[in-house]
Amino acid sequence: MTELTKEMFERASEEQRNAEKIRRPSIKYWPDVWRRLKQNKLAMVGLTLIILITIMAIIGPMISGYTYYEQDYSNINVKPNSEFWFGTDELGRDLFTRTWYGARYSLLIGILAAAIDFTIGILYGGIAGVSSRRVDSIMMRIAEVIYSIPYLLVVILMSVVFSSQGSGTSLFVIILAMTITDWVPMAILVRGQVLQLKEAEYSLASESLGADQGWILRKHIIPNTLGPILVNVTLTIPRAIFAEATLGFLGLGLQAPKSSLGTLANDGLAGMAVGLTYQIIFPALLISLIMFSFNVLGDGLRDALDPRLRK
Amino acid sequence: MKKYLLKRFVMSIITLWAIVTITFFLMHAIPGNPFAKEGKMPPVVYENLQKKYGLDKPLYQQYLIYLGNLIRGDFGDSMKSRVETVNDMIERGFPVSARLGAQALVFALVFGPALGAMAALYQNKIPDYISMIVAIIGISVPSFVMGTFLIQFVAKNIGFFPIGGWGEFKHTILPSFALGLMPLATMARLMRSSMLEVLNQDYIKTAKSKGLTKFAVIMKHAVRNAILPVVSVLGITISNLLVGSFVIEKIFGIPGLGMFFVKSIGNRDYTLIMGTTVFYALILILMLLLVDITYMLVDPRIRLTEEGH
Repeated sequence: MTELTKEMFERASEEQRNAEKIRRPSIKYWPDVWRRLKQNKLAMVGLTLIILITIMAIIGPMISGYTYYEQDYSNINVKPNSEFWFGTDELGRDLFTRTWYGARYSLLIGILAAAIDFTIGILYGGIAGVSSRRVDSIMMRIAEVIYSIPYLLVVILMSVVFSSQGSGTSLFVIILAMTITDWVPMAILVRGQVLQLKEAEYSLASESLGADQGWILRKHIIPNTLGPILVNVTLTIPRAIFAEATLGFLGLGLQAPKSSLGTLANDGLAGMAVGLTYQIIFPALLISLIMFSFNVLGDGLRDALDPRLRK
Repeated sequence: MKKYLLKRFVMSIITLWAIVTITFFLMHAIPGNPFAKEGKMPPVVYENLQKKYGLDKPLYQQYLIYLGNLIRGDFGDSMKSRVETVNDMIERGFPVSARLGAQALVFALVFGPALGAMAALYQNKIPDYISMIVAIIGISVPSFVMGTFLIQFVAKNIGFFPIGGWGEFKHTILPSFALGLMPLATMARLMRSSMLEVLNQDYIKTAKSKGLTKFAVIMKHAVRNAILPVVSVLGITISNLLVGSFVIEKIFGIPGLGMFFVKSIGNRDYTLIMGTTVFYALILILMLLLVDITYMLVDPRIRLTEEGH
């Protein structure tokens, strides 16, 4: 064996030293998702609309100078003009204020319902996913039975039961009715993800390196489930808004003078019958815009989050 | 396969029982008595009413009687209508609703997958854009908005379409359209994405290289495989149609079961609400069972794995 002498070594040149360096910034998961989402024009339109509608729902009721409950009998059924931007209803209430006030409730109901579905779904699905096969099987059978009950039928039934005649349905009951069965898809999704990721090779690798269950759950399973869950939440919001609108339309919505987009459309239907089409157009358009925005954003997110579509 | 069918059947029965039970106890959990709105009545009349609807018995007995009646197909009396029983109303309303629902379903099933398939075949060309626009409208415009707009802008301008009512075929066109548009859009979207996936498969290349005509490749190889996801959402589609009919019947003034249901909600006719809910659940569960069986018949993979076990 030859002896190592100083002459055998030489200083690496600058070029050699940088050969292994990663020059481009590495893109982390979420910035990458955002980058791909930005390329989806339709999804960006949706996102912009959601932001605009949310801002309007917050400030809209304040800028016209009228309140949502103030009745003005000298200005009944006024067509849209410079004074009343969306016109007034049969009680002389300013429809611009009422429409944005209604959007506030519709969005609130959508977001609250999604948040509750999210919480229950993750807990139930997560527990089923990590439980023994027997417990899991029982939990999923229960979920299946609940899920096969038509969603809107339950919502309608619950609102009938928990509100007395003519008094309208309270926000609490509406949310309760909506979340009582609607958490199931989220639970099924989470359970499926947990079961799949538990068996994934990187979980196994982590386990063989000595990680405990909690670590694997925190570091591997939860971050990887977040994408599909986010998509599901984005699609739950329009579903809840739609269900609430239908409820309001069937006369089971919030009590007047409060309004949601559904109850406004219901009131507007009466107006339309006597030729006052403008009373239904604005709430109807707004519901459609909200549904459109959340749906295209959800679709865009799904595409952006799917690593298989990564180019 | 038999074992699977049996399992599905048992599950359906359990689901139905769960719905009946939940509905029954929910309806009886409502505070106050159902005749409160009828004004003051002599105690004798009140007692007779209680007796007539069996409300004087303990709750569990009422429940057992209700279950027994249901098994015999008796949905009970209406609390508000003195002449018609719930069965009479179902008999009168259901054929109307079923026709409306069936027409909407056929409309969605004929045009939805076709539109989706066209979109996939002409990706990023005009048919694709048309289908995308239809899909977006169908998904974002709720059926009650679509219904009112159809009345306002189509029926009022084109004399051919009546603005409401029921009777002839022309009465059914606009409601079926409004009701069927959302499922049509969903199916078109599903069909498009599954068709795109199928078109990239190797067996399509094989079929093409065998020298089959384009038409044969599309019809025999692509569509038949791509339609499976569409079949799998049929159950939820039927469920949506059923609930959607409440709204559509209200707008167009169609004397279907949905209208009875909405009315029964309005005047708190508890027995009618209960009866129609259970009836809806029954229909829906039957449909879901049917869809499952259909899916099993069209997708040999399910049949084979079930038999393989």
